[in-house]
Amino acid sequence: MGTAEIIIKIVLVVIVFAISLVIAMYSTYAERKIAAFLQDRVGPNRAGPWGILQPLADGGKMFLKEEIIPTNANTFLFIAGPSLAIMTACIGSAVIPWGQKLTIGSYTFDLQIADINVGILYIFGVVSLGVYGIMIGGWASNNKYSLLGAIRAASQNISYEIAMGLSIIALLMTTGTLSLGHIAAQQHGFWNGHYFSWNVFSQPLGFLIFLVCAFAETNRSPFDLPECETELVGGYHTEYSSMKLGFYLFAEYINMFVSSAVMATLYFGGYNFPFMDLIHSQNLVTILGTVFLFGKVFLFIFFFMWVRWTIPRFRYDQLMDLGWKVLIPLAIANIIITGVVMQFIK
Amino acid sequence: MSTFYFIAFLSIFFSILVITARNPVHSILYLILTFFTFTIHYILMNAQFLAIVNFIVYMGAILVLFLYTLMLINLNKESEPRKSNLVKIAGFIGGACFLITIVAALKAFKMSDSVVTQNNDLGLVKNLGKILFNEFLLPFEISSVLLLSAMVGAVLLATKDPKAA
Repeated sequence: MGTAEIIIKIVLVVIVFAISLVIAMYSTYAERKIAAFLQDRVGPNRAGPWGILQPLADGGKMFLKEEIIPTNANTFLFIAGPSLAIMTACIGSAVIPWGQKLTIGSYTFDLQIADINVGILYIFGVVSLGVYGIMIGGWASNNKYSLLGAIRAASQNISYEIAMGLSIIALLMTTGTLSLGHIAAQQHGFWNGHYFSWNVFSQPLGFLIFLVCAFAETNRSPFDLPECETELVGGYHTEYSSMKLGFYLFAEYINMFVSSAVMATLYFGGYNFPFMDLIHSQNLVTILGTVFLFGKVFLFIFFFMWVRWTIPRFRYDQLMDLGWKVLIPLAIANIIITGVVMQFIK
Repeated sequence: MSTFYFIAFLSIFFSILVITARNPVHSILYLILTFFTFTIHYILMNAQFLAIVNFIVYMGAILVLFLYTLMLINLNKESEPRKSNLVKIAGFIGGACFLITIVAALKAFKMSDSVVTQNNDLGLVKNLGKILFNEFLLPFEISSVLLLSAMVGAVLLATKDPKAA
């Protein structure tokens, strides 16, 4: 790997990191605007035109608020909790293919930071690690409500990880690779001559299971039991204030962005778009592909918010029933059906 | 090679912290770090699948459950049973005997030459799958039956006795 390549990778890392932070920031704004729209209100409209500077005002407020560490809390772990949460949220975006190859001058480079052979499993590992931030923070607060929130988060994540893994297995059977770069490349265009090339058309049930699990893994409503304010005051972040609370809330939005990008890549063709073969300039295709990928990601983020302001929260036993008694059997059935169909087609 | 020694030092360092930590929750957190260093070892050996499975299953699931249980029962110094000095001395002697046995056994071994793997790509998912489902099919299936029986046993223990209800 030459120096130029390393510099390109570093620049790419910085860009992806900055984009995820900006998108997470404006997701908070979008969330409030969409909530306002769905509830027939106006929403934030004071900071800047249409309230467009609201996220900056919120960020400034978070930074300047008083920082409180409870007397009997475990200081080190109390700080480690939100740090871990935001770190695990950020590292997931490293393996997502943001676009095809881009040529500038004599250099040709990939818009994917790391095309590792086990990309899907890497995402899966990062997701399973994400719960530690919540657990450690909830426990270190030394508060009963926080502890209950942390424990809820742990059991919820473990339960839904199983169904998520099983839904991915069916996808892997059809694609035959674990690399996200290859999976995105396989879904070239929209119609491959015989059938739709996007995976959602061959794996509709698998996508549905993955979507529900993604909601549960990001602790989004209707599965936001760890921070259920009607039962647990604030859940795992009851004791947090200032930017540490901000990190927890921010981590949730980054998680949402990364899981939207994963869903778009795995099931909705990633950077591919219909009629892409009609454009002959490779760079134009790449740039348009990236724009399309972000369009898909924004649609998913909008869907996350739409569901939050539409569907009431589950009860905890209903959540467990859905995970273990509905999603896991459905995912196993999906694997069997996929196997049988693949044998027949072959 | 220096990377290996550094990671090996970290593994041993964190595993010592696991047993010396006073607080059980800290001990689990050190165990998580220990497993993370194991993941790095696997990556150094190009065993990608093993590395990522160790990451997902051990760090992401089993240790979360460990932490979960420890948080629920909330062990601390007050509730920890006091051990008498006799038990401590007995434990020390037993441990020392075990250490001597291990050291003697290791000394009896000849230091082998550094292992030469025939195939560096053995740890990649494709090759590993092919080997597991061809050469080692029987042991693989038997171990899956073992896991299944453990699962059935756990479900049986967890469900209430129908007669008692």
